[in-house]
Parts: sequence; structure tokens; C-alpha cells
Amino acid sequence: MNKTLNRRDFIKIMNATTGVAIVASGITLTTFASVSEIPVTNKKRWGLLINTNKLTETDIDGMINACKQEQGWGTEIHSTASQKPAWIKKLKVKDKATNKVSSLALMCQHCEEPPCVDVCPTNASMKREDGIVLVDKHLCIGCRYCMMACPYDARSFVHETLNNQKEHMPRGKGTVEACTMCVHKVDKDETPACVESVNSEAVIFGNLYDESSQINRTLRVIQSSQIRADLNLNTGVRYSGI
Amino acid sequence: MSNIRFEQIEGKSLGFYTLIIGLGILILAALGSVYYVEHYGHFVTGMNNRIVWGMPHVFALFLIVAASGALNLASIYSVFNKKLYKPLSRLSGLVALSLLAGGLMVLVLDLGRIDRLIVAMTEYNFKSIFAWNIILYNGFFVVVAIYLWMMFERRMNKFSHKVGLVAFSWRLILTTGTGSIFGFLVARQAYDAVIMAPMFVIMSFSFGLASFILILMASYKWTNRPLGDIIVNRLRNLLGVFVAAVMYFVAVYHLGNLYLAENTGIENFILFDGGIYTKLFWYGQIILGGIVPIGLIYHPITKGDRSMLGLSSVLIIIGGFVQLYVIIIGGQAYPMELFPGKEVLEGYGDIAQYLVSLPEIFLGIGGIALAMIIVTFLVKFLAFLPESLEDDLADSYHKG
Repeated sequence: MNKTLNRRDFIKIMNATTGVAIVASGITLTTFASVSEIPVTNKKRWGLLINTNKLTETDIDGMINACKQEQGWGTEIHSTASQKPAWIKKLKVKDKATNKVSSLALMCQHCEEPPCVDVCPTNASMKREDGIVLVDKHLCIGCRYCMMACPYDARSFVHETLNNQKEHMPRGKGTVEACTMCVHKVDKDETPACVESVNSEAVIFGNLYDESSQINRTLRVIQSSQIRADLNLNTGVRYSGI
Repeated sequence: MSNIRFEQIEGKSLGFYTLIIGLGILILAALGSVYYVEHYGHFVTGMNNRIVWGMPHVFALFLIVAASGALNLASIYSVFNKKLYKPLSRLSGLVALSLLAGGLMVLVLDLGRIDRLIVAMTEYNFKSIFAWNIILYNGFFVVVAIYLWMMFERRMNKFSHKVGLVAFSWRLILTTGTGSIFGFLVARQAYDAVIMAPMFVIMSFSFGLASFILILMASYKWTNRPLGDIIVNRLRNLLGVFVAAVMYFVAVYHLGNLYLAENTGIENFILFDGGIYTKLFWYGQIILGGIVPIGLIYHPITKGDRSMLGLSSVLIIIGGFVQLYVIIIGGQAYPMELFPGKEVLEGYGDIAQYLVSLPEIFLGIGGIALAMIIVTFLVKFLAFLPESLEDDLADSYHKG
């Protein structure tokens, strides 16, 4: 061993190497980081308003397909029907008194007080400041307690190995997933894929807090409801017509 | 009191090695199943997006619940100062630790991402009952290990009552935590009930004691050590009381639920028209796991028969598995009430189907095998079992 390499030199070299490594990894990370420079704040609360009087069954099918296309789910080959993911579901409900039948799209309701986030042991289930509820796929251990806790049956567990995933939506066998409200699009000031697919006032997306937004203005004048409002979760997804 | 002689078992017989090999094979089968499920994904199991917790969770929760219950025998001596139980206290601690290890093995090996266990150990969400349970389970190992040390080490004996009190409190909190995993699930009609926590505590008394009795009787029989009637009868009476208490809690839970209109759907499902779940509830949980054992324990003809006590314990354990199956699987199979006042025609609202798969069963049995192999090995290497539990000795402990 070179005699001149004493302890101090060794530490210097190590520091320099570590420094380069940190900077290099930083460069790599920023290369792939989100394009949006604006930090997510709680000044916004993203939400959806689904008007079941205007929403047709074809619309809902279109929403489901758009979600599949955008996020890359639904091509699982081994999973049974009840094991396949379902980020959005089409539901038909009948009022017991009036017999009125409504069709609606059910997905993660992006609760303000999400039970999935409360129960998740590893903080993998989390809510962004702007109200979007997500699963951190790197922290999810696949315990499925969030699925037990979700009042909307909105979450799916990946039951098999996946191929050809979307770059913006890494999914993983053995982890839990759900509607992300197309956060990758929302962060680029775009609208969620399902909303785009409907392209009518049957589904409105926007900032619930912004008084000039269409969703805020509409919610003020029409009667709307939250599913399982009794649980007091203050959902980001609202419905009218049911 | 000083005349209790704890001694290791010889552990050189053919029976001993056959037992170890048999249990080892079961553990290997479990590990093979885990590899299979992890390699292919959970689609090879019967679990799905509606029945997210399946047979592994039935086994895991049974073992975890029974673990805390098995510690009761030690607690009765240390906390309530009933000296008759002193000779049983070491085995009680050992059975508790072993059952918990088996239960946790099953729980952990069913995770979607077992490789991320380190995440579960380092990332804690303190609002999560699950995270609390991780702390409670790990803490239980530490507390009971210290408790055993206090019992084994003569100069530490004087602390065993205090540590025993800590262990007893810890086990009560632990089972409360396990029951609360379900009790705090507000969205699900089958679970949203605070009574789940004390019900799990009392279930642990019953399942834990039944498991303990079987292990005690088997180890004394197989090692030809004397086991007198005084202790056996005492355990029998205790078991009868615990089984009756479980049935009382089950009755209160269901009656309470029936009273609430929002829960009548799930109650009708479990009690009357739930097909397999209704059958399991009445025939498995109530009759086989409750009424028959109580009859065997208290009926004058079967009362004194030791093999009938063994049979009762087996039935209680089977009934316990059935009870957890009905709670866990039945509770998920019935759909959640998404739209009160409305009927869901399509898309949700059907009874979820679950067909248990072999890998799930192998994994669960592997958990039991792990618990048993730990007990078998440790009674060979450490002095857990009193050399004799004969009546005159037991009587002298009792009086002493």
C-alpha cells in the first residue's frame, strides 16, 4: 500500500468520491423529475363532479377505456375477473323508493380524511397537499390493509407480473394501486383522461377551492352528494343526480 | 415451592426425531408455497380484490390471538398469585412466543412484497393500528423473553411478578390491538364495532388455553412424565369458562348488530342466508367449537375423562379457526353498504367468491408447524417442563 495515503488523505478521497456520487445521482434524478416547477400546495383541492343525469353508460365505458389506455391496466392475462385491477368501475344503482336507476363511475374518491392513509403501516398510502390520494409503490409492502379500509372498494392489488408498463405510471406485482386522478397530467395543467374522454358537462374536473372554476361554480348551484357522506371523509369526487 | 424440578426432555427417541422431521417438512412446504406465490403473483391464490385477506390471515390471526392467550397460565401465577400455576408458567411463556412466531411467519410471508420487510420496520405510520401491532408483536417477544429469563434465573426470580404484570398488560394491549385491526374499519358493516377488541381478548383466552392444554398433555404423555388430575381439572374448568365467555361475546356482538338497521344485511348473511358462512357459523363455530366442548367439559360422564378434554381442546381450536374464517372471509364476502337507501344492480354488491388455494393452506399449516418445532426444540434444550406434575406435588404447590 502507498505509504503516503494516510488516514487524512483517505478521508479526503472518500469525501470527494462521495460528493461526486451524490452530485451525479442528483443529476440523474433531476433528469427524470417531474416537469412541473410549481410546488403542490393545499391552496388547491382537485376534485371531480359526476352528473349521473347527464352521464350515459357509453360515457362510463369510455371513461374506463380511457383510464386503461392512459395508465396501462386491464391487460393482465392470468388474473381472474375479481383479481384484475379496476381503477374505475361502472355501477348501476336503483333508488328503493322511486325505482330510478342511475349509472355512475366509481373510483378512488380522493377523501380529505382517507381511511387508507390512516391504516397504511408504512406511509405508502398518502395524500398530496392538493388532495390527490396516491400509493407510493416503493413503500407499499402489499399488506392490503388499505383495501380493507377503503369504503369505496376503489383499490386493486396487482396479482401478477406486468409487462409493457407506461413510463409515467410504474406499477408493480404485489403492490396496491388505484385512480391517481391522472396526477401526471394534472401536474402539467392537463385534465384526467377519463374527464377528457367524456368531453361534456357530465364530468367536470377542477380546483374545488377556486371560486372561478367551473366545478366550484356548479357545485354551488346544484344539489350534489358524496358517497357514504355519513363517514365524514369529505371526498374530492362528488356526484349529482343520485 | 422450591421443590419444582424443571428438566429438559431427553429428545433422543424415534418419536422425537419423527416429529421434528414431520414439522420440518411442513415448514418446507410452506416456504415452497411462498416462493410459488411470490414468483407468480397472488393470482395463484384464491384471494382477490374483494377478499383481500384470505386463509393465511385466518391462520395468522388464530396463532397470534392464541399466543397471547397461552401466556395467561403464567400470568395467573405471577399476577394473581395462584401458586398452582407456577409449574406451568415457563411452558406458558414458551408456547406464547412460539405461537406468535408462527403467526407472524404466516402474516409476513403473505405480503405482496416480502422483500420490503425492512420498510415495515423502518417506516412507521403511528396512526395505523397495523403499525402499532408491529410494535406490539415485537415488544411481546422482548417482554416475554425477559419474563422467561426472570423465571429461569434463580437470582432474578424476585422480579418475575413485576415483569409478569408487564407481560400481562402487554398481552392485553396486544390482543386489543389485533381486534382493533377489524374493529376500527368503519366502512365495513361486519367489523365496525368496538366490541371486536374485547371479543378478541376473550377469544385469545380460549384458543390459547386450548392450544396450551394439548401441548401440555402431549409433552407429558410422550415423555412419560406424570401429569396429575388436580392441574388438569383446574385447566378444564378454566377452559369451560373461557369458551362460555367467547359465546357470550359472540351473542352480544350479533345481537347488537341486529339492532342496527344498517347492519341487518350482514347479520342476515352470517346468521341465516349466507350459505357456507351460515353453515360454518352455526355448525362449526357455535355447535362444534362451543356447545359440544362445553358439554364435554361439564357433563358428568365425560367430565373426568382426559381424552375428552383433549377432544374439547381440539374442537375449540377448530371452532376458533372457523370463527376467524367467518369473521375475516365472511365479513369481506358481504358487500359494503355504498348507497344507503339504494340497491346496487350492477358493478358491485354481489357476494364475493373465495375459493381457498393449496399454497394458502400450506403456508398456514407451516405457521403451526413452526410454532410446534420451536416448542419441541426448546423443551429439549432448556428446562421448561417440570419433571412431574403429580397430584401430591401440585397439591403442595397449591397449599405452599
